[in-house]
Amino acid sequence: MTAHSILIWSVAAAEMMIVLAMACAAYRMLKGPRAQDRVLALDAFYVCGMILILTFGIETSDIFYFEAVLVIALVGFVATAALAKFLMRGEPIE
Amino acid sequence: MMEVSPTLPAWVAIVTSILVLLGAALTLIGTIGLVRLNNFYSRVHPPTLGTTLGIGCVLLASMLYFSVVKQRLVVHEVLIAIFVTITTPVTLMLLVSAALRRDWAIGDPSVPVPPGLPEEAERPEPLPESDQPTS
Repeated sequence: MTAHSILIWSVAAAEMMIVLAMACAAYRMLKGPRAQDRVLALDAFYVCGMILILTFGIETSDIFYFEAVLVIALVGFVATAALAKFLMRGEPIE
Repeated sequence: MMEVSPTLPAWVAIVTSILVLLGAALTLIGTIGLVRLNNFYSRVHPPTLGTTLGIGCVLLASMLYFSVVKQRLVVHEVLIAIFVTITTPVTLMLLVSAALRRDWAIGDPSVPVPPGLPEEAERPEPLPESDQPTS
């Protein structure tokens, strides 16, 4: 087994694990039971998405996946913060 | 299919593989904890495994791999690491204080009085049994 095929197979296995992790987060997001659990699961979900896109970047040797990850990080932070403020007061921007 | 440059040294491939697998496994463990734990305040903890070590390992793997493949120092992944490290505690603290206030507002006796309210603030009447959220 060459080093290249080790890299190919381990990146594939890592993608599999991250997809499973996203499935777990999606299960918690659908099941709840309360709104804060769903927001927490959304937070975990977008972090898993970021890691998945980073592994796509390694798989295809394409450096431009990095920008997508950065955008998801920014949008995800704002989304989670706004949802938490909404749960706190009933309106996202005071 | 994967386009690996044929000049990639073996140690780089192996270290990248180990880091990627480690990061993915830690993220998976974190989200399994998110499913299995039975209380919101304990469920806040496990996903941070993915946001610290999980994404950290994958970013290290990415930095190493691209630095070797592009034959120059590629460190802009540090931006993501810094950003995630700063924002995760902020969002989780906002979320937990909102959850605390919501639990207090439905009359949950197990939560303390949320910060910002006087210590002797009137605790709201508990909801009737039929309206209680199941947790």
